[in-house]
Amino acid sequence: MTDGARYDTAVTMSPLLRYAILLLVAGLVLVPLVATVLGGFKSLGELRVNPFGLPAQWEWGNYWSIVSGARYWQLLWNSLIVATLTVALTLIASAMAAFVFAHVRFFGSTFLLRYLLIGLMFPAAAAILPLFIKVRDLGLLDTYWAVVLPQVAFGLAMSILLFRNFFRQIPAELLDAALIDGCGYIRFFRYVTLPLSRPIIATVGVIVFVHSWNNYLLPLVVLNRDSIYPWPLGIMAYQGEYSTDWQLVLAFVTLTILPAVVMFVTAQKYLVAGLTAGAVKG
Amino acid sequence: MFASLAAWHRRAWAMDGRFAVALLFLPPALFLFTLFVALPMGEAAWYSFYNWNGYGTPETFVGLKNYELLLQNRPFRIALVNNLLIIAVSLLIQLPLALAMAVLLADRIRGAVVFRMIFFVPFVLAEIAAGLIWRFVYDGDYGLVAKTASALGFEPPYLLADRELAMYAILVVVVWKYFGFHMMLYIASLQQIDPNLYEAARIDGATGRQIFTQVTLPLLGPTIRLSVFFAVLGSIQLFDLIMPLTKGGPSDSTQTLVTYLYSYGVTRMRIGFGSAVGVILFTICVVFAFGYSRIRTRYD
Repeated sequence: MTDGARYDTAVTMSPLLRYAILLLVAGLVLVPLVATVLGGFKSLGELRVNPFGLPAQWEWGNYWSIVSGARYWQLLWNSLIVATLTVALTLIASAMAAFVFAHVRFFGSTFLLRYLLIGLMFPAAAAILPLFIKVRDLGLLDTYWAVVLPQVAFGLAMSILLFRNFFRQIPAELLDAALIDGCGYIRFFRYVTLPLSRPIIATVGVIVFVHSWNNYLLPLVVLNRDSIYPWPLGIMAYQGEYSTDWQLVLAFVTLTILPAVVMFVTAQKYLVAGLTAGAVKG
Repeated sequence: MFASLAAWHRRAWAMDGRFAVALLFLPPALFLFTLFVALPMGEAAWYSFYNWNGYGTPETFVGLKNYELLLQNRPFRIALVNNLLIIAVSLLIQLPLALAMAVLLADRIRGAVVFRMIFFVPFVLAEIAAGLIWRFVYDGDYGLVAKTASALGFEPPYLLADRELAMYAILVVVVWKYFGFHMMLYIASLQQIDPNLYEAARIDGATGRQIFTQVTLPLLGPTIRLSVFFAVLGSIQLFDLIMPLTKGGPSDSTQTLVTYLYSYGVTRMRIGFGSAVGVILFTICVVFAFGYSRIRTRYD
């Protein structure tokens, strides 16, 4: 057996054809992205005649005008605050609840878990209008909390499920021993469960962070003030203002996806695991 | 005697600890979930029977009028058809493409990791950013499609302004954006398959096609069902990607359920009418989720 056949799956295909197909698809995936990054370096006139190729003259001014202004940084800052608060609150609330569901049985616990897991079944969009009314009546419109609290609430179901599945793998004997030695549930959670749970904390954290970072509908409905816009709202406003200046819009798009791409390349393992972790649903 | 008393004591203490931890650890999650998920969804059902602009309390009870209006409304029907179209393209084009790429990349071939990363990048991008990028690609004056068309001697099309073509343009973006996610699911699952199975099949004289249909596909069954679930649920909720591209236009030709809810419910502050759309969205999602878990318990 050669090494090649050892890992062979169902494909018996010449390597040449295989790479030709892969390169073709990779090209189709990358062309829009590369054209966007390069487009930010062109003048509008050049973009019109040469949207594909390298810029004849590199216009650093497009990027510089955005990076040197306050607007771009304000948008990223707003997104960062919202995402950080969302991640922190989701982790705390869902880890605590999941700990109870994993280790403490009491009358009604199954019912409560089922109640919370209803949240898995429908998107925030279905309740967006009453959510707006609620946020308004609580006096939270145009604050970070208007986005953070509903995001936490809608992220709870999935986070609790992931945490609970993980916590249940911690041996029950460990908990029994700790309880007999006089260590309470809460100290066990703090000193045993949490230190053992770093991988799942990272996974849930990544999922919740990315969701918050990219979220558009909820902030669109509950925020009206430019100064607290997260970046997806900000970039749509920017596109509205500079709709004919594609070179600026492309530079702005490139700069806003830069954090995501950098994060993806550096934390690739966690990210792929995190974003496909919804796979353990149910 | 003393030993059993001590044991009883400990157990009672543990019981107390149990209730203490439940009383302390559950309320934050229950409170937030009830206030921002369960109550609003219940209120959506309630508001959907009223005609209400959001001020004061809902007073004009209209019964099922909002739902009747919806079903007669042409843009709403377009939205439903578009959602079905998105589901169909996701299942019939996107998933097979994802599976094909996964099969090509699950082996340890040179460059597999790089290709996987490239195919996954569109999924990592925010929908808004991806939408704006493709708005540029489709732009009739500056875009890549227009340039390619004129290089080939065609009139440059304004795809997103064309009622007939805009939806197809969006479908291309959907496939581009999400196939990498499904590919990753399939790769993870393909790598769990014992290579000895392939070897055994080959020794028994199975052809490549037979191995794929008789060995690979059945073993991928649970993963394929899962990815169908994600694809359908995602298709029903599609919104962020459409806003930067067309906002549901031109003349409502690219509306989906959620863009419809946004443009006819939220922007016009028709709380009752919009809530009715929300209730329909909720119902579709819940029915689908229940149907899925039924099928899953039967097969997996």
